[in-house]
Amino acid sequence: MTNHWVDIKNADIVLIMGGNAAEAHPCGFKWVIEAKAHNKAKLIVVDPRFTRSASVADLYVPIRPGTDIAFLGGVINYLLSNDAIQHEYVANYTDFTFVVREDFAFNDGLYSGYDATKGKYDRTSWDYERGKDGFVVTDPSLKHPRCVYNLLKQHYARYTPELVERACGSPKDKFLEVCKLMASTATPTRAATIMYALGWTQHSIGSQMIRTGAMLQLLLGNIGVAGGGMNALRGHSNIQGLTDLGLMSNLLPGYLTLPNQAEQDYSAYIAARAQKPLRPNQMSYWQNYNKFYVSLMKAWWGAAATAENSWGYDFLPKLDKPYDMLQAYELMNDGKMNGYICQGFNPLASAPNKAKMTAAFSKLKFMVSMDPLATETAEFWKNHGEFNDVDPEKIETEVFRLPTTCFAEEDGTLVNSGRWLQWHWKGAEPPGDAKSDIAIIAEIYTRLKRLYSEEGGAYPDPVVKLSWAYVHPTSPTPEEVAREYSGKALADVLDPKDPTKVIRKAGEQLAGFAELRDDGSTLSGCWIFCGAWSEAGNLMARRDNSDPTGIGQTRNWAWSWPANRRVLYNRASCDPAGKPWNPARSLVSWNGKAWGGADTPDFKADEDPAQGMGPFIMNPEGVARFFARAAMAEGPFPEHYEPFESPLDHNPLNPKEPRAVQNPAARIFKKDREALGKADAFPCVATTYRLTEHFHFWTKHVRLNAITQPEQFVEIGEVHAKELGVRAGDRVKVSSNRGFIRAVAVVTKRIKPLSIEGKPVHTVGIPIHWGFTGAAKPGFLANTLTPVVGDGNTQTPEFKAFLVKVERV
Amino acid sequence: MAELTRREFLKISGATLAASSLVVLGFTPQQALAEVREFKLARATETRNTCPYCSVACGVLMYSLGDKAKNAKPSIFHIEGDPDHPVNRGTLCPKGASLVDFIHSQSRLRHPEYRAPRAKEWQRISWDEAFDKIARLLKQDRDANFIAKTSDGLTVNRWLTTGMLAASASSNETAYLTHKVMRGLGMLAFDNQARV
Repeated sequence: MTNHWVDIKNADIVLIMGGNAAEAHPCGFKWVIEAKAHNKAKLIVVDPRFTRSASVADLYVPIRPGTDIAFLGGVINYLLSNDAIQHEYVANYTDFTFVVREDFAFNDGLYSGYDATKGKYDRTSWDYERGKDGFVVTDPSLKHPRCVYNLLKQHYARYTPELVERACGSPKDKFLEVCKLMASTATPTRAATIMYALGWTQHSIGSQMIRTGAMLQLLLGNIGVAGGGMNALRGHSNIQGLTDLGLMSNLLPGYLTLPNQAEQDYSAYIAARAQKPLRPNQMSYWQNYNKFYVSLMKAWWGAAATAENSWGYDFLPKLDKPYDMLQAYELMNDGKMNGYICQGFNPLASAPNKAKMTAAFSKLKFMVSMDPLATETAEFWKNHGEFNDVDPEKIETEVFRLPTTCFAEEDGTLVNSGRWLQWHWKGAEPPGDAKSDIAIIAEIYTRLKRLYSEEGGAYPDPVVKLSWAYVHPTSPTPEEVAREYSGKALADVLDPKDPTKVIRKAGEQLAGFAELRDDGSTLSGCWIFCGAWSEAGNLMARRDNSDPTGIGQTRNWAWSWPANRRVLYNRASCDPAGKPWNPARSLVSWNGKAWGGADTPDFKADEDPAQGMGPFIMNPEGVARFFARAAMAEGPFPEHYEPFESPLDHNPLNPKEPRAVQNPAARIFKKDREALGKADAFPCVATTYRLTEHFHFWTKHVRLNAITQPEQFVEIGEVHAKELGVRAGDRVKVSSNRGFIRAVAVVTKRIKPLSIEGKPVHTVGIPIHWGFTGAAKPGFLANTLTPVVGDGNTQTPEFKAFLVKVERV
Repeated sequence: MAELTRREFLKISGATLAASSLVVLGFTPQQALAEVREFKLARATETRNTCPYCSVACGVLMYSLGDKAKNAKPSIFHIEGDPDHPVNRGTLCPKGASLVDFIHSQSRLRHPEYRAPRAKEWQRISWDEAFDKIARLLKQDRDANFIAKTSDGLTVNRWLTTGMLAASASSNETAYLTHKVMRGLGMLAFDNQARV
């Protein structure tokens, strides 16, 4: 979330799309109701199903799964054609005036630089034009045909209301109502928030759907303001924290990135990331990358990370390609992996195409599962009848199942969707012999260290030299670890303006990332968390819920990254002169000498607004980008492409270009492509989702939840059911080209057939929560059905739009 | 029976006798104090935590029996929303309201277990044996398959044949330490639930 849960109360318009907050995030959704009740907010829900979020909406619009860019692109077209944009905001805070290179082009759904054989783009032309001074050329008059504003207008002019209706199945009049409501926030004093979740991420064009939403918000001046923002409703309690801490195949903590193998030279690795400003007097905060990197390496390797060895640059593995989950399972299925560790994660249930997952796991030599609960993954080798029909005697994999503590049995922090790090306390001992994950990892590590010290082995240095100065090496305390990721001074830290002044003494906890240095005098395991545990103590454990301004910031409750800032980009809540756009909902402002207010300013604290520094300080432009340059795999402007399994054989936007039906830059492996189904055999669009009574594959282990929703079901519309001769309560078989599930049919008015390119298309709803372990009735894993293809940038699998057929059992 | 509190009086009256009949018999308490049955949470230990499910991160209050004495093992018997928490203000959803059943689920694992190749069932194993075996398997695989340099001489120091998934419900402290160890080993096929 750019904003946070309580801030939703400040919104005038709430758009929920690609999510269902009322059922999946009920206690956060309360703030939508608060906005409706006390701020006269209007709620819009756009969803394939009439959800509980929709049931309290002022406006509900149905949409075909996977067509959100077509819909939002239509809204962008409406705003630009009707000039319903916040002019001063877009002119000063976005790249509207920036001129794009002459060789950039877009034709029939493909951008310049496409290589069809590789399925990839050469992105060189996706950039701005540079002037003689090295800065980007701009045209404040907006007349240049290649300025971002004109390219944007041209791109989305194709997204007409008629196109939206044909592609999305959303009635034109309802769609236009959405446009008008959103347009009402183009004034500086009104704000709209967008709330989305996996309904946007789990698509082959998911990242671009989110970008389209963000672009809409920028046009309306809704980013950085109270009641605005792009608000990702993260699905798990610490999925935000694990992402922040870089537990991804290509990341390091704090959104630093692992080097590619071509980056053999450390200084070139830093230079590529410490981006220089693209316009005069811009902050371009990533210029400090080296400080973050060196402080991380000092946290991980201590004295072994030195200036001479480039702070341990060789200790880090170098990438030759992405090693995301889908890639890992492909390697496993090809017999190229031997071991796999699942820590509190149940991939047999969570990853696409269960049959492929079972085959892949069966080729492993060993698997280690660490979990408080008996997961399906740990028993992938065990026969559970029709729900897991395997022959254990044919599976050679050794499996270790290690019992861990759950939330109630440990101290520590989680990061919520609003970026708050909240400390929690242990209330009981775990059952039996269960151990904490920290203890398990530490026990395995200390053994490996001993083995490498005694016997040697492949490149032992990064293993034996890892900094491990915990009081009890086999059970570091959460407090020790939290102090490490927050960071401390290893030597006296001097004031850069006055080197005679010590701003932080050796051994002290750092107050924030401004104190980080690139000379090895500081350590911080995650620069964006720096200051969470300062000399003032553990700020994540704070419990003062006072809210003096009434705007809902509660800045003394826990601690939020970065720098306890509650609303990102909050400089943009003021006009260029530093006065709040909306004085009634002021977050920060310029008082003539400094920035301050109800939030930590997301800006240089003493920067006079007259100097023209932009509010998007992490971007080298200083402004937000409509034109993503080379940052996205499939193009600088989001374009609609069909899901990899689509009821259509063409892209309604680009009907003549067969290479632009699906995302031209998505990666799909050969066997996974062969496993895709076609609309003639599988005519219905399926989408998976959560119920309010269950959480993923955990709560089927919880008695009360197993009682409230005991048995697997699928939802089909009344018209569809009539065609199939299915009555409510009948059992049905739902099949994709990869497998089938059997479940009870819930026949509902909440799902209606949509008219797509003149033909009716049914949507089938598939709740995900059942499996073959737990207290609920055993069921089929929903991911038996889903295809193995990911988003072009993140490789998040396409669970929200695929093809099935439904039959009466 | 000269002095009775209202509570003791009701205790005596039991389930079958109506209080009024005792009054008729003359057993009236001298002072009828307005006191309800003692709230059992009053004697419980309260611990603050956050819900481990979605990312709203509702504050919860966990109530356990056991007075923190060395020989008393606490057991959580009730969980409710934390009214001080700025987001949930004391409320919980159907999942959060059932948290106590998660802690005490029949599916909670209690002991380390091992499944041998081709075996149909689990067998118990000690922690020491499990850790020793796992450390040995990891080292064997890393030593056999670690790539220090590519064929064209680039230093890459990566280990691709073992992978790991980390939990999106584990704490920052667990996650940070896990990352430190796995990257230290040179692992690249390392992800968390954010990919799904």
